[in-house]
This record gives sequence, structure tokens and C-alpha cells, in this order.
Amino acid sequence: MSAYTEGSEIRDTKAPSGPIEERWEKRKFSAKLVNPANKRKLHVIVVGTGLAGGSAAATLGELGYNVTSFCYQDSPRRAHSIAAQGGINAAKNYRGDGDSIYRLFYDTVKGGDFRARESNVYRLAQVSVNIIDQAVAQGVPFAREYGGLLDTRSFGGAQVSRTFYARGQTGQQLLLGAYQALERQVAAGSVTMHTRHEMLDLIVSDGRARGVIVRDMVTGEIERHVADAVVLATGGYGNVFFLSTNAKGCNTTAIWRAHERGAYFANPCYTQIHPTCIPVSGEYQSKLTLMSESLRNDGRVWVPLRKNDSRAPGDIPEQERDYYLERIYPAFGNLVPRDIASRAAKNVCDEGRGVGPGGLGVYLDFRDAIGRLGRDAVEKKYGNLFEMYERITGENPYDVPMRIYPAVHYTMGGLWVDYDLQSTIPGLFVIGEANFSDHGANRLGASALMQGLADGYFVLPTTIGDYLADGPFSDVDEEAVAAAEIKVRDKIDRLLSVNGTRTPDSFHRELGKLMWDYCGMERTEESLRKALERIPELRAEFWRNVKVTGTAEELNQVLEKAGRVADFFDLAELMCLDALVRTESCGGHFRAESQDSDGEALRDDERFAHVSAWERTPDGPVLHKESLEYEYVKMTQRSYK
Amino acid sequence: MNLTLRVWRQSGPSADGRMVTYRVEDISPDMSFLEMLDVLNERLILEGDDPIAFDHDCREGICGMCGMVINGVAHGEQRATTTCQLHMRHFEDGATITVEPWRAAPFPVVKDLVVDRSAFDRIIQAGGFVSVPAGSAPDAHSVPVRKEDADAAFDAATCIGCGACVAACPNGSASLFTAAKITHLSLLPQGQPERVSRAKAMVDQMDAEGFGGCTNTGECTAVCPKGIPLDTIAQMNSDYLKANTK
Amino acid sequence: MGSSNGKKAVMAVTGAVMVLFLVLHMLGNLKIFFGRDSFNDYAHALRTLLEPIAPYRTVLTIVEIVLVASVVLHMWAAISLARRAGKARPVKYVAKKSQAGGYATHIMRFGGLTIALFVVWHLLDLTFGVVNPEGFDSAPADRMVEGFDASRWWVTLIYVVAVVMVGLHLRHGVWSAFQTLGWANRARNKTLRLGAGLLAAVLVIGFLAPPLAITFGVVQ
Ligand SMILES: Cc1cc2nc3c(=O)[nH]c(=O)nc-3n(C[C@H](O)[C@H](O)[C@H](O)COP(=O)(O)OP(=O)(O)OC[C@H]3O[C@@H](n4cnc5c(N)ncnc54)[C@H](O)[C@@H]3O)c2cc1C
Ligand code: HEM
Ligand code: HEM
Ligand code: SF4
Ligand code: F3S
Ligand code: FES
Repeated sequence: MSAYTEGSEIRDTKAPSGPIEERWEKRKFSAKLVNPANKRKLHVIVVGTGLAGGSAAATLGELGYNVTSFCYQDSPRRAHSIAAQGGINAAKNYRGDGDSIYRLFYDTVKGGDFRARESNVYRLAQVSVNIIDQAVAQGVPFAREYGGLLDTRSFGGAQVSRTFYARGQTGQQLLLGAYQALERQVAAGSVTMHTRHEMLDLIVSDGRARGVIVRDMVTGEIERHVADAVVLATGGYGNVFFLSTNAKGCNTTAIWRAHERGAYFANPCYTQIHPTCIPVSGEYQSKLTLMSESLRNDGRVWVPLRKNDSRAPGDIPEQERDYYLERIYPAFGNLVPRDIASRAAKNVCDEGRGVGPGGLGVYLDFRDAIGRLGRDAVEKKYGNLFEMYERITGENPYDVPMRIYPAVHYTMGGLWVDYDLQSTIPGLFVIGEANFSDHGANRLGASALMQGLADGYFVLPTTIGDYLADGPFSDVDEEAVAAAEIKVRDKIDRLLSVNGTRTPDSFHRELGKLMWDYCGMERTEESLRKALERIPELRAEFWRNVKVTGTAEELNQVLEKAGRVADFFDLAELMCLDALVRTESCGGHFRAESQDSDGEALRDDERFAHVSAWERTPDGPVLHKESLEYEYVKMTQRSYK
Repeated sequence: MNLTLRVWRQSGPSADGRMVTYRVEDISPDMSFLEMLDVLNERLILEGDDPIAFDHDCREGICGMCGMVINGVAHGEQRATTTCQLHMRHFEDGATITVEPWRAAPFPVVKDLVVDRSAFDRIIQAGGFVSVPAGSAPDAHSVPVRKEDADAAFDAATCIGCGACVAACPNGSASLFTAAKITHLSLLPQGQPERVSRAKAMVDQMDAEGFGGCTNTGECTAVCPKGIPLDTIAQMNSDYLKANTK
Repeated sequence: MGSSNGKKAVMAVTGAVMVLFLVLHMLGNLKIFFGRDSFNDYAHALRTLLEPIAPYRTVLTIVEIVLVASVVLHMWAAISLARRAGKARPVKYVAKKSQAGGYATHIMRFGGLTIALFVVWHLLDLTFGVVNPEGFDSAPADRMVEGFDASRWWVTLIYVVAVVMVGLHLRHGVWSAFQTLGWANRARNKTLRLGAGLLAAVLVIGFLAPPLAITFGVVQ
């Protein structure tokens, strides 16, 4: 399926014009306010309790709205945001090292390879400072200096030190802050929390999003929940690759089924691959573990010069080692951006010079660092990471160099939203990693936590009011609800009735491998066409031959898995199509056909300075373009030579 | 390696369960414990049996979703390690491994190794927070915090809410979990205004949920994957007694 | 006081009272080494304390009341906590392995119980002399010296076992009391545990010296 039709242009109608630093103020003022007496009557559903959903539900509850919140884990505290390690950016300029809202804005637009909206990004940078204040007031134990003030570090190749962190567990501490705020509202009765509930469809009634169909994962009961507005904060879809740094439960089901109900899906092909993950050790591998990027500050990346050199790393003399990053990028060396480091690793492994099982790994060597700084200094800096590495691999990085390999980490794409974070379905708002906004074609390190909390604590609570001010809305059309419920039940019954000979996981693995090979770090017209041919075949086999044990009326993890895999097939297809249509290279999307003489990603701003928003129709996908203008940051090709 | 597993199987909350024995062949020492169970489950599915239900999500030791009692020890004998981070290289080839769910009245079994830990959420609801509406916060630097306090608060705050402390406690007490949160917030200036009321509310909720009382046996810290120290419990006791003598 | 933490506090305070008594009690017992008379004087003094302001045995009676109250409260707390613990884990583990040595888990409750039984017997023996060859109306010192006579080696044995139990109980208990009352912390813990061990050791030695000395005929 590579056929699609091109539809009308779309525009972000909510973004105010005028000087960029005044736009958010303008919008806040122009947004209608909800009469406090009315708030209790206004019912908002928030799906997801990560940084975005947790902070949003807590804040909306605090404001007095009647909120119902869902997550698939057994507690809102376990949302995948918990795994974020490195830190969170904010333009506080506490160090006086020349940081500013404008610089954070500039870095984010440039880092996003000029595929993000200036207005959104500027607002993000503005709000970033309030996030830190909010988190500290909640008791988030950020790292501090002896003076008692907050410590910061520079992250992901930024020249300023603007990343706030809580040891290697920044996401955990920020999420627990939001979680505690959320539980406070649950106790206050303003938020009703449903854990172990999976959203399986969106209820759309006369053109508005009016609720969700969820499955109680313990009893299997299919429940209807109606409301005046629905917020999706269901995270990223990196698990379409099966192996990724995402949690096992991360899925695309919520946003995909909203997409099936009419919400446009933007830039699905933008995928961030993280260069420093622990390599696959075998067929059984169930997920990949990220190791903080900071390791590249002192570790040196190399592979043997010779192909399939089977010697132990220690036996390979200096002159037979290829420190390829330092060789190709003398200026930045081991600190080149994520996508460049990742692709370089893939290339040397494709040349047959990779190390470890299956030749899918490169060395990250601390021998010189230990020699230079001493073992203790290295231990102080990276001790916990080394421990984690040893726990997983059984190898001691003080003696043997670490083996690392790139892994899928973050998905920039997501449901299309306007400046108000509202999707193309009125009343459906999308926040956090689930939407496409702010990061363009590539996300800077420590910016996802910032975006999730900006959306949830500060942006959505204001903009959703503008929509709800017209509510409460008329009764929901029973037909629509029943139809949605039937669709959900049918899908479940179909999955249970196939009773084939392959497990959902085996299909997921195969799909993931296919996506990694054909739509991964490097994409070509040929590979993408191959994928677009294979995916429908595999999907057909899935529906013919999948085996789902048990019943629908119990806790059934096989059924849950099967439902998610089914949606991944459809998403995978759209990702490949989007990647095929975007013949340029930009950020997290590298088309081999579009590179300069030194193999650098080559953008094509003439033809592709736009957001690709996909609509799903009975007669195939329709592409709507939202063109991007840059009034403040001048478009340039990046170079790290 | 080849192993024999004795696993608790229970089809539902009200059903009565039993230990069932399974053989698993050619397991790689590099597998995690959960990956070993994945292998078994894939086989069970193909054989048309119900695979073993267990909770898990991040599989990198931070979400707190996973947890089972392995050979009589919560999260297994490897110290400071969650079940998902426990690797098979720590087991003998040919060994027999018993796997049971967390056992505590406030943690009723949902299915097989899956238990209901919502009691923890209710303990947090009782007071495990600082009341601060979004947008109302002063500048982050308006109140400096001693590095020592910030670090100690962080250590307590690393609790992942897994419930191993309860599972290991001979009294089925949730003291370490509750104390970790109370201590985290008690050590920071931001936590002071609600400090005493928080301790009382959370401890009373812990009792109301039906957890046992602490008799300082120290089993909890020993299995805690984050090594939450026992003195958090002393901190909790002191805050609690203050609340009741005020 | 009804809460699990409240009960723990009761246990700590009553425990502390009992410890205090034991220390004094031990010192008193050691007087036997200064001869029967000095011991009898002490026993007498106990009863005639503050006379004539307070009538015969007033102070001692008060002490006894406080003691009895402590033991009762202490046991009440121990038992209701144990009950609570039982309710908190209705289904037991098939396999259970302690990771903290299981010391406190096992010693405290059973140890405590043996101590309780001992005290009862002990009172019958040396306070009321019911099970003592010398009988009730005899000089305490005689009761003691006869009581621990080599021919009654098994009595001595009972005391040895009991006192050791007390020692084990306090080795954990004293530190535990500090923890319960919220006075323990990372910095102090080492010292506290050491102190508890020392106190326990001193009590054991101090308590065992007289009976053993008598049994082996060092004191006639
Ligand atoms: C290993 C790792 C490290 C990272 N480190 C950093 C970092 O250092 N800095 C940084 O800025 N970013 C980092 N990121 C990225 C960042 O963590 C995520 O992008 C961000 O946390 C996403 O938050 P979220 O709230 O949008 O979604 P999530 O936190 O993923 O929450 C999703 C929520 O939706 C719920 N949900 C999902 N599907 C359904 C459904 N169908 N029905 C019901 N509920 C559903 C889930 O239960 C969950 O509550 C990291 C990511 C990973 C994987
Ligand atoms: C009468 C029978 C007794 C029983 C059943 C008993 C039982 C217990 C139990 C179960 C504990 C709780 C363990 C803990 O909290 O650490 C405890 C603690 C303690 N016991 Fe006893 N005990 C008894 C007698 C004594 C005696 C005679 C003394 C003193 C000489 C004593 C001193 C203590 C102390 C100091 C503690 C620590 C209190 C605390 O932990 O808060 N106990 N006892
Ligand atoms: C082995 C050493 C011990 C000896 C030789 C000893 C001796 C005595 C004697 C002689 C008395 C009677 C005092 C009197 O009536 O004037 C007495 C009373 C008592 N002893 Fe001991 N005792 C010993 C250990 C203990 C221990 C270990 C405990 C408690 C755990 C204990 C608790 C008591 C109590 C509660 C009384 C009653 C006090 C009173 O009547 O006021 N004794 N002991
Ligand atoms: S205290 Fe430790 S064991 Fe208990 S829930 Fe927290 S992390 Fe788990
Ligand atoms: S194991 Fe239990 S008894 Fe107290 S010290 Fe830990 S809670
Ligand atoms: S699965 Fe998240 S901690 Fe084990």
C-alpha cells in the first residue's frame, strides 16, 4: 500500500500572530474563561498518567473540573515517564552562562532540524522556567550544590548548562511529584482514577469527542465513559519496533483508534534512535535498556579495523582500533548528536566490524578515562551506570570496554494538534509524547520531560477552558456510544476466535525486525517499498493465524498484547508511507538518497518544510500539509564536522 | 540451562490456587528472570494453556510494577535488584525455583503472580504530597536546601512502590514504603507545613488498610531494590509521635 | 495508642521501665557477694524505704505495681501486634528465607514469652518462696543461697536459660526501643546497637554471677 491522495492544506488557526514573545500571553488573554460555578458540571477524561497526563489531571482537578483518569498499569505512578534518566531542560539561566528563553527556543528549533512550529517552541521555552518552580515546590529532590542552590549540567551537546536533574532518576522524581499531586485530587474527590483500564476507542458524537470505551483489564468488562472533552496523554509508539527503550506496555492503541475516528496523525516517520543502549544479547531479548548519554563525555567509541575480528578487545592493539567518531568528526568526536552517532555505529556494523553477539555492537571504552582521571573519579561519575551495565551483561566495564548499540527511543510523530493542543476532532486534546508538537524531526535530550509537564501543568489547563466555556454539551448520541462499544467487542471476539498457531509476540517480533531493517536508522525507497509490501501480508497472516488463549472476561495479558500488535501493524504501514513520501532527510528521518558528500542528512526545504498530517479515510490515507514558516530562526543545514 | 519451576497458579481473586511444576529447557544465563518466564509462557500459549500472569512494564528496575517471591525472597536473593533486573546467571543449572506472589491481606491476588497494590495509592492519598496548585510556586531558588538534606531526601524518594518490603516483612507491614515518603518530604523545607499531619494520616491509613505493625525486624530494607534505609522508619515514628503528643 | 505505632511506643516505654528495674535488681543481687547480711539489709531496705514517712513496703509496692503494669502492657502490645501480623498475612509462603538473619523475628516473641513464664516461676521462688526450700518466712539471702544450692542445679539452669533469654531480648530490644521512639538514625545506629549489646551482656553476667557462685560454692 503506497497509494495515497493529497488533501487540502491545514493551518494552525489558534496560534496568535505578532511578536513571538507575546503570543502565549495573547492566547491566554483571548481564551474564554469558564465560570467557576460551572466547572464541577464540566467532565473531562484524561487518558494517561505520565508526566503529561498526570500533571494535566491534577491541575484540571485543582481548577475544579470533574476529571476521570485512566492508565493501564496498576498505579498511575508507573507511567513510562518514570524511566527518564538524564534530566529536564529549563531556561532559568541560574548559571549566568548566557542561557535565555530565546536560546532554548533557538536550540530546540535548530535541533528539531527546522520541522517544528516556532510559536509552540517559544511557548515551551517560556513555560520551562515555571516547571522547575512547580517541581521544587512539590518537593522534587533535584540535585543541589553545597550552597543549597540547584545544580545543572549541560546535556545532549548543548553549550549552556540548563539541564536540571535528580541523579539518574529525573523522570521518576518528576513523575512522583505529578503523581502525588494527582492522588491529592483523588482524595479531594475531584479526580476519579481508574487503573488497569485500557482505552480501546474514542466516542465521537456529532463531530465532538465525547468519551472513551475502556476495558477493565481485571474483569474484562467493557465500560463507556462520556464527558465534555477528552485528553489523550498516552505516550509514544516506539514499541512498533518491538525492541525499544520503551516499557513493555507502551502502545499506539489509544491514539491510533482516535486516528481511526478522524484525528490526523502527524509525521509518523520521525523516530529518534538513541546511540548508547545495551546491545541485544539473544533471540529472547524482550526490551532494550538505555544508558545515559553522559557516558560519551569520557568514553571513547571504537571498533576493530579488521572485519569479523574475533579477538578480545584487550588483545587488539591501538593501531588496529578504529575510533571512527573521532576520525570522521574531529571537531565533535564522540559527542556528535544522537542520530549521527547512531548511524555511524550502524555503518561500521554493516561493514562487518561490529562486536559482540551477531556483530551488532561497538565498544565504548573507558580505559583512557580511567588512566587519565583514575578509577575512583570514573566511579564517582558513572558508578551507578557501570553497575547497571554489569547487572545486565555480567561484564565489568572497568576491565572490559562496554558494548553499545543504537535503539529506538522516542517518537517525535503523533496526533496532529493546534496551538491549543487540540486535535482535528473538536474536544479531543493530545499532550505529551502522544502529540507531534514542539520537537520537529528530532528531539533534544531532556526536552520531552519539559514538554510533557509544560503541556500538562500550564498549557492545556488554559487552552481547554476556551473549549469548555461553551459546555456542558448536549447529551451524547447513544447510537455513537453503542457503535463504538460494538466495534471494540467485535475486535476482541475476532482475536479470540482465530485460534491459530502463532503467539502475538512472535508476530510483534517479526514486525519489529521488519521495521528496524526497512524503516529504521536508514531508509531507502527500496526498503520502504519492501516494507509496505510485507506488512499487509504479515497482518493478513496475523488475523489468520494468531493464537489468543483464555477469555475476554478475565485478566488476559495475551489478549491485551494481541490488540496492541494489531494496531501496530496499521501504524507501521503509515510510518513507512510517510517515510516514503518524505524523500528528504531530516532529524530522525534519514533517507539514504538524500545526503551530502560526507553522508550528512540533507534537508529539502523547498519541498518538505511542512508537517505531514495524515487523515484515514475508507479509500486510503489522505495527506494534509501544514507549511512551516520561520520568522525568527534562519534555516541552515547543520554540520558537525 | 534447564530448570524446574514451582509456580503459584490462581485463576482469579476468589479462586483457590496451588503450586504447579513446570520444566524449562535451554535457558540462556543472559536472560532476565522475566524473559525466562516469557519463554515458558510462549510455550504454554502454543500448548493452549493459560500463560502465567505476572506484572511488569519498564523492565529496567524503575517502575516498580514487577515483583515475585523467588525461593522465599522478595525479588530473589540478588540484593538491590528488582525481579526484572535479576538474571538467570545467578541460578544453578538444574535448580528448582519456587515462585510465589506477594503475600499480604492488603495485597489480594488478582491472578497467578499479579496482586492488587492499590493500598499504596491510598496511603499516598492520605497525605503523601505537598499541597501546591500549579502556577502558584515561588522561584525555585527562593528557598535554598542543604545539599545533605536534598541528597538524603532523594535517597528516600527513590522508592519505586514495588511492595517487596511488605512481602518480606514477617508482620506484613508497609512501614518502609510509608516511611520512605514521609522521610522524603520531612527532610525538605517544602514538606514542613504538612509534616506532622502527613505522618499521622499516612500511618493511620496504613493501619486501616490492614498492614501489620513494624517490630523492627529489618527484613524490608534487606530486600528493598532501592535500599531504602531503616532510619526512615525511625523518622516516621518520630513524626508520628509528635503528631500524637501535640 | 491503639495504632500499630502507638502499641510499639507502649512496648518501648514499658520495656525501658523493665530494663531500668533489671539494672537496679542486678546491682541488688550482687550484694550477695558482700555477705548474707548485706544482702538481707538490702532486701529489708527495699521494704523499709522512706519509713516512717511511708509505711512498710510502700515504695516497693509502688515499684511492683509499676512493674506489673509494664509487664502487662508490654505483653498486651506484643500480643496484639502479633495478632495484627497474623491477620496481615493469612496465606503463608511455601518457601520463606530471611534476609536479615531472622534474629528479631524469632527471638523477640518466643524469648519474651519464656521470660514471662520465668518471672512467674521466679516470683514463686524468691519473692513468695512457694517453690523455695526455705519457704516464705525466711531471710531472702537464705532463700537465695538454699535456692541455688548445688543439689538444686536445675534451678540454676532455669535461671541461666532465662537470663540469657533476657539478654537476647534486650540485645535487639534496647536498640529497637530507640528506633520505635524515633531516636535512632544512620549516624547513631552503630553506637545504639553496640550499647544495646553491651547492656545486655552486663545484665547477663551481673545476673548470673550470684546463682553460679552459690551453686559452685563460692558463696556459702
Ligand atoms: C529510557 C528512557 C529515558 C528517557 N530519558 C529522558 C530524559 O532524560 N529527558 C527527557 O526529557 N525525556 C526522556 N525520555 C523521554 C520521556 O521520558 C518521554 O517522552 C515522556 O516521559 C513521555 O511522557 P508522557 O506523559 O507523554 O507519556 P508516558 O509517561 O509514557 O505515559 C503514558 C501513559 O498513558 C497510559 N496509556 C498508554 N496507553 C494507554 C491505553 N491504551 N489506555 C489507557 N492508558 C494508556 C499509560 O498507562 C501511562 O500512564 C526518556 C524515555 C525513555 C524511554
Ligand atoms: C513479658 C513477656 C515479654 C514479651 C511477650 C515480650 C515481647 C516483646 C516483643 C514481641 C517485642 C517487640 C520486638 C520489637 O519491637 O523490637 C519486645 C520488645 C521489647 N521488649 Fe519485650 N517482651 C517481654 C518481656 C520483656 C522484659 C521482661 C523486658 C525487659 C527486661 C522487655 C524489654 C523489651 C524492650 C526494651 C523492647 C523494645 C521495645 C521496642 O522495640 O519498641 N521485654 N518485647
Ligand atoms: C538470676 C538472677 C536473679 C536473681 C538471683 C534474682 C533474685 C531475686 C530475689 C532474691 C528477689 C526477691 C527480692 C525480695 O523479695 O526482696 C527477686 C525479685 C524479683 N525478680 Fe529477680 N532475680 C534474678 C533475675 C531476675 C530476672 C531476669 C527478672 C526479670 C526478667 C527478675 C525479676 C524479678 C521481679 C519482677 C521480682 C519481684 C520484685 C519485687 O517483688 O518487688 N529477676 N529476684
Ligand atoms: S520501600 Fe523498597 S521495597 Fe518497599 S516499595 Fe519502596 S522500593 Fe519497594
Ligand atoms: S521488615 Fe517489617 S518489622 Fe519493620 S523493619 Fe521492616 S517493616
Ligand atoms: S518491570 Fe519495572 S521495575 Fe521491574
